[in-house]
Amino acid sequence: MYLTVNQHKTYCYTGGKAFDAGKPTAVFIHGVLNDHSVWILQSRYLANHGWNVLAVDLPGHCKSEGEAPATVEAAAGFIVQLLDAVGVQRAALMGHSWGSLIALEAASQLGSRVSQLVLVGTAFPMKVSQALLDASLNDPMAALKMINVFSRSTLSAPPSALGPGTWVYGASMALGRRVLASNQAVNVFHRGFKACNDYANGNKAIAHITCPVLFLLGEQDQMTPAKAAQLLIDTAQASGKTVTVVQLPVGHHQMTELPEATLFAIRDFLQP
Amino acid sequence: MPGYADPGFDTLALHAGSSPDPVTGARAVPIHLTTSFVFESSDHAASLFNLERAGHVYSRISNPTNAVLEQRVSALEGGIGAIATASGQAALHLSIATLMGAGSHIVASTALYGGSQNLLHYTMRRFGIETTFVPPGDMALWRAAVRPNTKLFFGETVGNPGLDVLDIEAVSSIAHAAGVPLLVDSTLTSPWLIKPFDHGADLVYHSATKFLSGHGTVIGGIVVDGGSFDWERASQGTASGAGKFAELTEAYDGFHNMVFSEESTVGAFLLRARREGLRDFGACMSPHTAWLILQGIETLGLRMARHMSNTEKVVAFLASHPFVSRVGHPLLESHSSHALAKKLLPRGAGSVFSFDLKGSREQGKAFVESLKVFSHLANVGDCRSLVIHPASTTHFRMSDDALAGAGITQGTIRLSIGLEDPDDLIDDLKRALKTAEKTAEKAGL
Repeated sequence: MYLTVNQHKTYCYTGGKAFDAGKPTAVFIHGVLNDHSVWILQSRYLANHGWNVLAVDLPGHCKSEGEAPATVEAAAGFIVQLLDAVGVQRAALMGHSWGSLIALEAASQLGSRVSQLVLVGTAFPMKVSQALLDASLNDPMAALKMINVFSRSTLSAPPSALGPGTWVYGASMALGRRVLASNQAVNVFHRGFKACNDYANGNKAIAHITCPVLFLLGEQDQMTPAKAAQLLIDTAQASGKTVTVVQLPVGHHQMTELPEATLFAIRDFLQP
Repeated sequence: MPGYADPGFDTLALHAGSSPDPVTGARAVPIHLTTSFVFESSDHAASLFNLERAGHVYSRISNPTNAVLEQRVSALEGGIGAIATASGQAALHLSIATLMGAGSHIVASTALYGGSQNLLHYTMRRFGIETTFVPPGDMALWRAAVRPNTKLFFGETVGNPGLDVLDIEAVSSIAHAAGVPLLVDSTLTSPWLIKPFDHGADLVYHSATKFLSGHGTVIGGIVVDGGSFDWERASQGTASGAGKFAELTEAYDGFHNMVFSEESTVGAFLLRARREGLRDFGACMSPHTAWLILQGIETLGLRMARHMSNTEKVVAFLASHPFVSRVGHPLLESHSSHALAKKLLPRGAGSVFSFDLKGSREQGKAFVESLKVFSHLANVGDCRSLVIHPASTTHFRMSDDALAGAGITQGTIRLSIGLEDPDDLIDDLKRALKTAEKTAEKAGL
């Protein structure tokens, strides 16, 4: 469905179900050069199992208009505005990669308005090498190939977002090209990576949240290695949060290369 | 298999889509000969039917062995996914039926396999889908043929059997300017010779019966989506394009009111093709067939290299033979696609080509019937060398004008060069040419 957020047309995938104020709400936030469709299996399942789902296209990405966020804080502010626009008082937030930092920062800003926080393929700090930052700006197709090679963990993924017969690597490449082409004004690849690289508030944010948090990490993740989430995990535990850590035998394409295990981890965590 | 670089062609040909079976340890791809797959629970069943979870339900829609083939060909082509079908013709029909209905229009190359020409010129027309045929190299005619209801451009990487090379970049540019996708039949080239997505094609299909299988054992097809065509933009970008691809961009009440372009930003075509086309038309592939095609693909790179080197030798032999008036292969400077083939097909323009004898139809018949190593039959892309007379077989329904458009005369002979020792192929051709010449002498010609 389309909403107006901050005066801009904003797309949210709802899993084929109409919004129902009586149901709990789950917000899915994508990463750099992605859109709502990377969450399709997990979000469609939840939408048909008791949840309102808002799998958003961030501003300036694919179906959503507006200025693409240049910082994690700005993107988090958009998530707050999104919840206000749809009239949701309380929601679970889920983010992948860059989206995990946005979810974390938004959860910190929203306080008790967030019921649960799911961080998939996260790291803090989420440093991006200068070479990759430069490539994302100057040779985005080469950089896209690079990050997809680093993100892949298998040549034989199980049935995935397009069903059996999906070549996940190729689908991820095609989506990256489409998202990049969707914004002619700004290189959302470089802008997103720079936002990841510049974000400095992660440790404070995780200490500030008030909800349970799930870390869903890939044992073979070369983009955000599982160990790179340890600082956030330690801080969350030290500050008394309810922390769940799940490591899956997968790389950075958790939702598409291991869709069932990713879904089950999220589903089980969200169950009251 | 995390790594620092993309696997190469031969690695993908062996590994893409498959890994050792986690239950049995089987290293080769298992053949899953089962119609159906047990549900874990009622909720699991409902979730699979509603596309909340991905998995197999019924082998007409998907099957684990077929899924390996689909991933593997997608990987080799550089696509996002694929659908295996009962034949190449089924793949072409599935592509058309997914994108359009009655009242739609296709622009297609004149240089097509006879079966494809039949489907477009006769059969689809009966269902309200018209086709305008244009010479593959005439860009002005491709452009001029576009109508408001045009939904697809279609051509072959190299036309069968004249080997007119399709300028995919130029034709796709015209298609995209008109807001329609380009579908390419890459049967005769296989991804080892060309990857049409790299040049601007949006959908690619194969008769997997030919080089992918490679052993003349099974009939099968496969259509691959490059994930490049923006169905929503084409449908919404202009007033004339409104609703152009409504099958993909608007709610489909035949499947949960799903809007396929919302479910997948890049894979709407594949979603609808599987959930409607395979479900309703039912032209699925047998898992046993998929397995045999996978066996073929494992050696595709090795075989294609040999097909090409044998073809070079046979073409050189025929081109220098006094009883041959024309050899239609882009290897030769005399071929109209010579320059384009060098650019798009640096590894070769295929091993299926035609030539003309300096003689009568009777001499052509004598030539075909006296070959011993070449088999006279209606197929191409076998590991064995093959021969046929197109005008009386594969293209027999076509008028003389249509035949000329496809580069065929009454005396044209089509060869498919196999993997035998090249000297034996040349000896066989030499003997048969001599027999054909003697036939002329006996008849007093």
